[in-house]
Amino acid sequence: MTTATPEKETAPSAAYVPTAEGLGAVLASGEQPPRPSAWSASVTFGWRAMLKIKHVPDQLFDVTAFPIMMTLMFTYLFGGALAGSTGEYLQFLLPGILVMSIVMITMYTGIGVNTDIEKGVFDRFRTLPIWRPSALVGALLGDVCRYLIGSTVILTLGLILGFRPEGGLTGVLLGVALLVAFSFAFSWIWTMFGLFLKSEKSVMGVSMLVLFPMTFLSNVFVNPETMPGWLQAFVDVNPIAHLVAAVRSLMAGTPDGGEILWTLISGGVILAIFGTLTMRLYNRK
Amino acid sequence: MSKHRGELAIQASGLIKTFGKTRAVRGIDLEVPAGTVYGVLGPNGAGKTTAVRMLATLLRPDGGEATVFGHDIVREADAVRGKVSLTGQYASIDEDLTGTENLVLLGRLLGHRKPGARRRAAELLEAFGLTEAADRQVKNYSGGMRRRIDIAASIIKTPDLLFLDEPTTGLDPRSRNQVWDIVRIIVAQGTTVLLTTQYLDEADQLASRIAVIDQGRVIADGTPGELKSSVGAGSVHVRLRDAAQRPEAERVLARTLGTDVTLEPEPVALTARISGEESGSGAAEQASRALHELAAAGITVDDFSLGQPSLDEVFLALTDHTANPTEKEVAA
Repeated sequence: MTTATPEKETAPSAAYVPTAEGLGAVLASGEQPPRPSAWSASVTFGWRAMLKIKHVPDQLFDVTAFPIMMTLMFTYLFGGALAGSTGEYLQFLLPGILVMSIVMITMYTGIGVNTDIEKGVFDRFRTLPIWRPSALVGALLGDVCRYLIGSTVILTLGLILGFRPEGGLTGVLLGVALLVAFSFAFSWIWTMFGLFLKSEKSVMGVSMLVLFPMTFLSNVFVNPETMPGWLQAFVDVNPIAHLVAAVRSLMAGTPDGGEILWTLISGGVILAIFGTLTMRLYNRK
Repeated sequence: MSKHRGELAIQASGLIKTFGKTRAVRGIDLEVPAGTVYGVLGPNGAGKTTAVRMLATLLRPDGGEATVFGHDIVREADAVRGKVSLTGQYASIDEDLTGTENLVLLGRLLGHRKPGARRRAAELLEAFGLTEAADRQVKNYSGGMRRRIDIAASIIKTPDLLFLDEPTTGLDPRSRNQVWDIVRIIVAQGTTVLLTTQYLDEADQLASRIAVIDQGRVIADGTPGELKSSVGAGSVHVRLRDAAQRPEAERVLARTLGTDVTLEPEPVALTARISGEESGSGAAEQASRALHELAAAGITVDDFSLGQPSLDEVFLALTDHTANPTEKEVAA
């Protein structure tokens, strides 16, 4: 016991003998606390997400390395051709690539939910007398932290590369706030798929199928005016395109009320539809 | 302690659950008196886990009704959740988190403030002999430690009804005994336990009543004694020194025990069933008389053992799939 023994069944646990006194005392401890509020339960699940980041830091890879790669790749790939110089292009691209990266990261939410369920820990959560959506809301609160980390990484890189937002700090913060709020709502699509689909792989597959067209067929890289009519029609109704336009306008210091409203409404609609579907699946599972 | 004496912890009638085309549970009736250990015995795929998951509000039944301490498991699911805890077949705790973190997390979810949750976690880890492992991730725990932290997590708030789904499957004998002791202590403190198991001796050790489940139905229920006597009290296994003495040994055993004697594939071994309690004497008494008679007949016995009826035998007896004697004789 004096030296650290890495073996699994070490002497103290092998020698464990349950005693009526020891166990009886912990069973008897009387007064029961009141049930936690919806908010408190959700925050507790958010804390769990933080602990998981602490123990499995590899999962931060996708909110750091992936956005850095995206930003560098597209800035230097398209910069010269599309805007004459990478510096010019960055002013246009950065808010867009920020949105694209963060929205893409949302798919890890579904994968997380799916793995959790497979491991059986959700069974315990689902037998607790707590506000039903709190496990998922908490997981998403944890994801919001990841979105904030990702945003910070991209904005820092952008500033280093020469991104100079006219909207200043306020504009940038408002842009990030809108993006994170939308992503929180958007993530409920993946919680639904996470509950619905059988394996991690299929969640991944479906996410790609949805995310690639939604992010690429938008105004992230180019102005949609050069696109064929039918594609412009798609971009017009694509909520990601409206989000990009809204974030871009906030960061440029020229907030576009219409686009912001569009984004908030589409986020609300997505949350209402997919939140309901998610909870229905969660209760039935 | 037993605040629910005389009450029914579970009352289920006609519970049905179908997955696609598989009818996992096809009409289960249960009456579990409060304050007892109730064993649900059955082989893999019998529908035990599905039944438990319905009673623990994790699955919605497709038919039938059930109440837990008077609360309907569908309409009053939330009230049921306030009374039960579940220790699932696979560890229902977060493997990435440490023992302490798991218990603090659940303590918080049960309404403890942070200091209270920490205190509770520490005292539970202590009582379950896990203090040394408190700050290790649960994925590094041994099988026995995992079971213990899982049960500890289930009693952060002492439940009125605890579901233990195959709590000792895959454990070594020492860990299994620890779990048995824990269950006995928990029940003595007034919690009702519904235990599923594949092992007759586990149900026998812990449960005061047993329901035997096969293919989604309860095929028998009663006290362990009642079940066993319906099957016979067990078997004696005899190994002779000399294979030539086997026909004589067979005659002696058949005469003394009054049951069929099976010749094993090995030329020196034979097995005889011991009939139930109706014969008036206990299994050990009958077995020792048989041993005495063998010696009196001048037969040299190298090994002699008295085995409890196996789960196989229980099922064979209860499901009326008569053991195919011709097959055994061909083998012999």
